[in-house]
Amino acid sequence: MSEATVDAGPDDPRKAGKFVYIAAVVLLCAWVLVPLYFLLINTLSSPEAVNAFPKRFVPEFDLGSLTFFAGFEGMLVALKNSILVAAITMVMSITIGAPAGYALSRFDFKGKGLFRLLILLTRAFPLPLLALPLAVMFIRTGLDDTVFGLALVHTTLAIPFAVLITFSLFSGIPIELEEAAWTLGCTRLTAFTKVVFPLILPGITASAIFAFVISWNEVFAAAVLTIENRTLTAFLLQNLDTSPLHLKFAGGFILVVPALIFIFAVRKYLFAMWGIANR
Amino acid sequence: MAEIQIKNIAKRFGTYQALHNIDLTISDQEFMVLLGASGCGKSTLLRIIAGLETPSEGEVWIGGRRIDHLPPKDRGIAMVFQNYAVFPHLTVFENIGFGLRMQKMPNDEVTRRVERTAELMHIEQLTGRYSGELSGGQRQRVAVARALAMEPDVILMDEPLSNLDALLRLEMRAELKGVLAESNTTAIYVTHDQVEAMSLADRISVMHEGRIVQAATPVEVYRNPAERFVASFIGNPPMNFLPATPVKGGQWSVAGQMMDGPSANKALEFAIRPEDLKIADSGLTAVAKVVEPLGAHLLVTCAVEGHQFRAVLDSDLVVKPGETLTFAPLADRVRWFDPDTQKAVA
Ligand SMILES: Nc1ncnc2c1ncn2[C@@H]1O[C@H](COP(=O)(O)OP(=O)(O)OP(=O)(O)O)[C@@H](O)[C@H]1O
Ligand SMILES: [Mg+2]
Repeated sequence: MSEATVDAGPDDPRKAGKFVYIAAVVLLCAWVLVPLYFLLINTLSSPEAVNAFPKRFVPEFDLGSLTFFAGFEGMLVALKNSILVAAITMVMSITIGAPAGYALSRFDFKGKGLFRLLILLTRAFPLPLLALPLAVMFIRTGLDDTVFGLALVHTTLAIPFAVLITFSLFSGIPIELEEAAWTLGCTRLTAFTKVVFPLILPGITASAIFAFVISWNEVFAAAVLTIENRTLTAFLLQNLDTSPLHLKFAGGFILVVPALIFIFAVRKYLFAMWGIANR
Repeated sequence: MAEIQIKNIAKRFGTYQALHNIDLTISDQEFMVLLGASGCGKSTLLRIIAGLETPSEGEVWIGGRRIDHLPPKDRGIAMVFQNYAVFPHLTVFENIGFGLRMQKMPNDEVTRRVERTAELMHIEQLTGRYSGELSGGQRQRVAVARALAMEPDVILMDEPLSNLDALLRLEMRAELKGVLAESNTTAIYVTHDQVEAMSLADRISVMHEGRIVQAATPVEVYRNPAERFVASFIGNPPMNFLPATPVKGGQWSVAGQMMDGPSANKALEFAIRPEDLKIADSGLTAVAKVVEPLGAHLLVTCAVEGHQFRAVLDSDLVVKPGETLTFAPLADRVRWFDPDTQKAVA
């Protein structure tokens, strides 16, 4: 007993802590990476291998599943719709969100705090609650089952993030830089294009990509508001029970990978949105 | 011609009044220094002239033209910011040339001017760098060079040398004075360093709590402070004050000592600079408290009837704490202040 305590030494708790830490890191990585790995294996294997048992642990590098996916009726149209909706969402949420972010960071106006809160509150309404009235309104205005109509809904989902990200970007640019530009012969507009814009361009790109991903991943509104012009998520959901396993894997892969790459590329700016200082 | 007239300018931030009805005229090509403690409104006044802040009241005229409604770019000014504001996405070269490029100046002319001003500010080896690769002092010099390169009618500088080390500061100060004397620029220079103010200024405007309490030449501000605040702010160490009571027409009793003074009939304050005191056989009796040898001088902090009293003496003198000294003030350097109005009394 006494020997054990001597053995433990003063650094033993730290060792134990380190072990727990490493174990937690490994577990978390596995949590994310293992499903992704299986997705990868099954996407890059032939349909037969995907449906067979036991499962393989290395991909065959067979494009059979992907070819089947591409050849599945309506799939490519859905893919095209997804890209289209996401692109429109991206453009609209930045053109509306960035000026709002600029105004929030640069101008003092009454109700500024309330405005910020309201922006966040738009996320407080669950989409299912809004879906029915939205669908009715869209049918009345003829926006139902259109790419643009869906992009409008996705834009409202993406705008809060666009505003908050650009707000923190603009706030990170000292007003003195703009003021210096004004005294050096710039108007408000040229100071923006020559000084502010080059400085926030990477961040704007990031927030645009984030808007793209939000739309790309969104399934509920897409499923409710479209019938013929389904996006990829809605299309896969619709065919979930009837489609073969390898189609699901390939579809899942096609959905996950772009989102993952994009989010990874812009992670720095997403931290900025939450006010976490990144060096 | 770029005479600057500030007419009755006031500035309120909400309920806080940062500037109180400022009137000031700065003549063409004059070097005016705004001197005052932190928070007294120097930057605010400068920013109003630059057009970065709108005055709550009053007018600003430059060269006979009212400009307070114009955007900064149309005022014919260049400004050096207190916190540099060097553009991080541009090299030092492009920073200095930024204003010239905005004027669509031809390339070779831009290069010529940028190189010349960079040389002046001793940053010619840094022109290829970005601001993130510069020290604070180097950034500050880029900011000054950027304003100088514009060759403006009016240059506004907000503590442009505050981040340089003592030696470089001395050098840049002389450099800046030389450059601006050669050009036809009217300069307003903000600082809270009184030595800098004295050495640069044609005239100094001493600011206190949003007011200009005195605008005069450095010597005048030093010798004849218009208000008690100026006397207690300018000079290192500042003036000594002692209460004085009138005895009869022009005769005053100061710490038990009879002195000649103004012919007022109320209690005043007697003031004298520490360096205008001589050790004598009769005069103000002081007990030495702290003795600080400063090389060139000996700074002795004493008590005269319980009032703090400083004297700058010859460094050859030997003074010990506790010793009793007798000071004779130089008669023509004595000043008097009214404790009620704070103004100087002649
Ligand atoms: N935008 C603002 N809103 C509210 N108060 C302000 C604002 N700008 C300045 N002030 C206040 O006005 C006063 C004067 O500020 P100013 O920046 O002109 O001081 P300063 O003399 O330049 O000081 P320093 O030497 O520290 O730079 C300060 O008390 C400051 O708190
Ligand atoms: Mg200031």
